[in-house]
Amino acid sequence: MPSIEQPQQRQFNPYSENGGTILAIAGADFSVIAGDTRQSEGYSIQTRYAPKVFRLTDRAVLAVNGFAADGNMFVKKVRQRLEWYRHAHAKDMPLRAIARLIQTMLYARRFFPFYVYNILGGIEEDGTGAVYSFDPVGSYEREACRAAGAAQSLVQPFLDNQIYFKNQLPAPGTSHPAHLPLSTVLSLVIDSFTSATERHIEVGDGLEIYIVFSKGSTSLQGLASVRGLQEVTTTDDGERVFVIRRELKKD
Amino acid sequence: MNSFAERFSTTTAASHMRNAQKLAEEDDEFDGTMWGSSAGFGSIAKGVPSFTVPAVADPTAFLRLHTDDHADPSCRIKIQHGTTTLAFRFQGGVIVAVDSRATAGSYIASGTVKKVIEINPYLLGTMAGGAADCQYWETYLGMHCRLHELRNRERISVSAASKYLSNLVYSYKGMGLSMGTMICGWDKTGPAVFYVDSDGTRLKGDLFSVGSGSTFAYGVLDQGYRWDLTDEEAQELGRRSIYAAGHRDAFSGNSCNLYHVKEDGWKFIGNYDISKLHYDGPGNVPGSDGRPYGYDIRVEGLSSTNAPEVAAAA
Repeated sequence: MPSIEQPQQRQFNPYSENGGTILAIAGADFSVIAGDTRQSEGYSIQTRYAPKVFRLTDRAVLAVNGFAADGNMFVKKVRQRLEWYRHAHAKDMPLRAIARLIQTMLYARRFFPFYVYNILGGIEEDGTGAVYSFDPVGSYEREACRAAGAAQSLVQPFLDNQIYFKNQLPAPGTSHPAHLPLSTVLSLVIDSFTSATERHIEVGDGLEIYIVFSKGSTSLQGLASVRGLQEVTTTDDGERVFVIRRELKKD
Repeated sequence: MNSFAERFSTTTAASHMRNAQKLAEEDDEFDGTMWGSSAGFGSIAKGVPSFTVPAVADPTAFLRLHTDDHADPSCRIKIQHGTTTLAFRFQGGVIVAVDSRATAGSYIASGTVKKVIEINPYLLGTMAGGAADCQYWETYLGMHCRLHELRNRERISVSAASKYLSNLVYSYKGMGLSMGTMICGWDKTGPAVFYVDSDGTRLKGDLFSVGSGSTFAYGVLDQGYRWDLTDEEAQELGRRSIYAAGHRDAFSGNSCNLYHVKEDGWKFIGNYDISKLHYDGPGNVPGSDGRPYGYDIRVEGLSSTNAPEVAAAA
């Protein structure tokens, strides 16, 4: 029987999209980095707890979103480089140096990119809260707030309005504050994720919020009444890192 | 054994050699010095950047498949695009003005991008095309400009710096880099502007504009350009040109960053919100009459479609 040749096409597709959303906001002397914990592929949920936010050092927290396998591998490699730095210099790498390191590590894969959107949050050497956001091939910028991932187009406009006061006029004789207090920032983060969960199918299940405080930060008092709080600091005389774990809707 | 079969066989001596070489290469990515004082210097620890390339027949096609949003808007990795940048040379130095919008498809990914890259106190580079390509290679250029200073005890000329960059990107030609940049500065020859792009083009000139909004910027720029512009007039022209592009090009906007390069290096003049320029003007800045740029604001009450209030009331 004669076989009919059909045209065939093959392509190398090593990427997938695992949903979820991450978000970071910088305060005057603290930084908040958050992400949901749902991991999905297409319309099916793979797991309800896959962390996307990772403590790198006592002053730096990295959130990764996009392709989970690339994200986990990338975090692993960043941590390895930070450990080498610690062995070489007997101190933790400063935040702005970590940001540049992430740029060069992402750009080293310019021709075979990590499909990962990174947001780095933490405390600078001068004690101020900072957020750096990256594209998959390493362009980066310091910002006051940034949302990335599946629901970035739902969350970012809300943040623009509430953090940068976009399209808001101050009441006569007053001005918008440059930095918001911790309690306000935490409320905004929680509201962002509950709302994104309501309207986006890839967001939900759990919420992890990391908070990094500068040395001797007075914002620490804002944590007194917070439910589900855990300290994850490793040293005892520098910046302090806390994590808040909350539930999100699971449907 | 024929060479084709050998290439894909996993048992021949040649393939064992190949695997061994691959392992050695992977190890080569980080040599022993990475544990010591070079730890933390990224992929440029050895002085030369090295890149991971996918193990496929055509790596460029692979990259295009996953990152080119012009050909396929549904592609996964969206590299930021869309820009207006301009730079011009005049009697008082060089004016560099850019917008600050980054788009991924039709989503405004950022409105606060720094598209002027401060290479060193005498050199500026502008960003159009791939944000990471411009940021990374212009930072890399800055490293080599510093090495030039240390080796030759004098600053690098703008011409040499721009040629360094153009030769560098030319060596990656066809691999998918995307950048259109103006290298601006002041050297022994005076103010200088060079246009360099990822095709390998390098042009010396008085006036350039790059990006999706460049046609709109050129319209204003060409009309108002003279060599003997005063510093204030030149700054106003740069600001006004970026405003025009931000107003008419959907992929440009948000705000304008303005720089002025003089004999003693560059100076940041200011950041101007494009909407504010439209409705309120640039404020009390030299070179401007302080009036709003928006044509509909300037002609308010003067045209038949928008008659003066008294006339309308009567």
